[in-house]
Amino acid sequence: MPESTSIAERSVEMQRSPEFQRLRRTFMAFILPMTALFLAWYLAYVLLAGFAPDFFAARLGESHITVGLLFGLGQFVSTFAITMLYSRWANRVYDPQADPLAARMEQGEQRGAA
Amino acid sequence: MDQEINPVINMVVFAAFVAVTLFIVFRVSRRKASENEFYAAGRSFSGRQNGIAIAGDYLSAASFLGICGAIAIAGYDGFLYSIGFLVAWLVALLLVAELLRNTGRFTMADVLSFRLKQRPVRMAAALATLAVCFFYLVAQMAGAGTLVALLMGFTDPIAKDVTIAAVGLLMIVYVIFGGMKGTTWVQIIKAALLITGACVMTLMVLFVVRFDFDALLRLAVEASPEGEAILAPGLRYTNPVDFLSLGLALVLGTAGLPHVLMRFYTVPSAKEARRSVVWAIWLIGIFYLFTLVLGFGAAALVGPEVLTDAPGGENAAAPLLALALGGPFLMALISAVAFATILAVVAGLAITAATSFAHDIYASIIKRGDVAPGAEVKVARITVVVIGVVAIVGGIIAQNQNVAFLVALAFAVAASANLPTILYSLFWRRFNTGGALWSMYGGLVSCVLLIVFSPAVSGTPKSMFPDADFSVFPLSNPGIVSIPLAFVLGIIGTFVSKPEPDHDGKQAEMEVRSFTGAGAEKATEH
Repeated sequence: MPESTSIAERSVEMQRSPEFQRLRRTFMAFILPMTALFLAWYLAYVLLAGFAPDFFAARLGESHITVGLLFGLGQFVSTFAITMLYSRWANRVYDPQADPLAARMEQGEQRGAA
Repeated sequence: MDQEINPVINMVVFAAFVAVTLFIVFRVSRRKASENEFYAAGRSFSGRQNGIAIAGDYLSAASFLGICGAIAIAGYDGFLYSIGFLVAWLVALLLVAELLRNTGRFTMADVLSFRLKQRPVRMAAALATLAVCFFYLVAQMAGAGTLVALLMGFTDPIAKDVTIAAVGLLMIVYVIFGGMKGTTWVQIIKAALLITGACVMTLMVLFVVRFDFDALLRLAVEASPEGEAILAPGLRYTNPVDFLSLGLALVLGTAGLPHVLMRFYTVPSAKEARRSVVWAIWLIGIFYLFTLVLGFGAAALVGPEVLTDAPGGENAAAPLLALALGGPFLMALISAVAFATILAVVAGLAITAATSFAHDIYASIIKRGDVAPGAEVKVARITVVVIGVVAIVGGIIAQNQNVAFLVALAFAVAASANLPTILYSLFWRRFNTGGALWSMYGGLVSCVLLIVFSPAVSGTPKSMFPDADFSVFPLSNPGIVSIPLAFVLGIIGTFVSKPEPDHDGKQAEMEVRSFTGAGAEKATEH
């Protein structure tokens, strides 16, 4: 690839641009807290199941539903909720910021190759 | 109970599934497929199609028969297992799927070697890919023999060997002729059958208890010799540290499984990759909710004692529940679905391993990228045959062993050898070739060694070698040691080695491409 140096140069230029910095910050500001949240909630669940089985065995009133069953179903609910939140965020916030930058890079590529 | 199993109906339904899938595979196949077509189906699947195929790839016989059976016998602990398998998809959705789709072409190694030194990093990534596929494949094949023999009512040990060989042969045919496109269709059909079948059975169970879940739990408690203990954790996982180790490997392993990662290349863009994961999470999550009802349903309506005495043990829970609910015909359908499940999963593993060998090792490392058109796909097809033969032999040798640890090992290797390097190369600018090699080989070797010295291999009556005892490592899953170790080795390796001269440019190229999608591989056919 003869124009590879130019791809690298244009990439470094793009990486330093304020628009790209903003994109990366947008990404991290959503992804990092979300990841920390679901990992912490999952670890709490695994640790409770392993080290506090009696807490999980507690029944709700007269029913056969246990606290552990509710916590487990809670993992399903949180997974579905984070999936939909992420999908909405990515479509409405992230893509509109990323797409113009991709177009700018690809225009530059055509010029570089010509 | 046994005399009600009707092998003729089972065989007819199996044969119908095989005929339909073979017909579709031959219709979509092309003799002169390009690399793009053979490895990535021309990137022509929609997000929804790929999401269904991911569910088909991911929901193995262990997910269906194993989890239903575990819930039927051990109650809550079976449910615990499915939660790790589901939550793991958030790692793939949030951190890996789209960035990876933007960066690579066909394999995990494409991404990992993008900005690092090509040959050594590609080699390490290809070896980790082949190791994961091998462990997973042998586990599936070994299970297939027992399972199909049970469902067909075979008792002769030779029949099991023949069954394993037939599964391997079908896998070879699907992948050689159908490539990624054929494999994907097999997975889509299987996922539709599996989820529909589980849904119908779930509704039937709920109908029996008049849609009262509490009544279902009460019946399960009354039927179980363990009584109320099935409603809480502790019947199966008695060592909480071991359980934590397994939980870590499950949640961090999925996003490093090469056959899952490869599915993201079959769609035209990162947006479609996102849609595929969203579809996959809903399908997989709903399916695991079905297994919760089916497991307790099998406990309540079939009974744990019947299951433990059945040929195949707790794995027979779902088919026997089908027999109790809908007679021999429903059982034949559910058994055929289980068979389809195994075929679709092994086909996905075979195409991933073949792609990694042909694309990473043959074309990029041995031939240094200088390959005649068509030669790479030819090598991939030959590799499929070799992998098929190895899997058949491995499956026959391992069929009477306790192979559950092989799947745990596959997840642990994926979480330790693959995930740290994937995350570092995407998110840590300073990360370099030294860090990648330390982390990947360190993760791979520590996983395999810790398993060899674990109670899964020796020291207990359930071990692979019950008469020997060299189990110096107390846990049956290595994740809690090997995953942090691989992350730390990635940091140490990076600091003790020098970056390549073009480090900054390559890093910028990868970062811009992964975050924006500029320059990502486009679809080749419409």
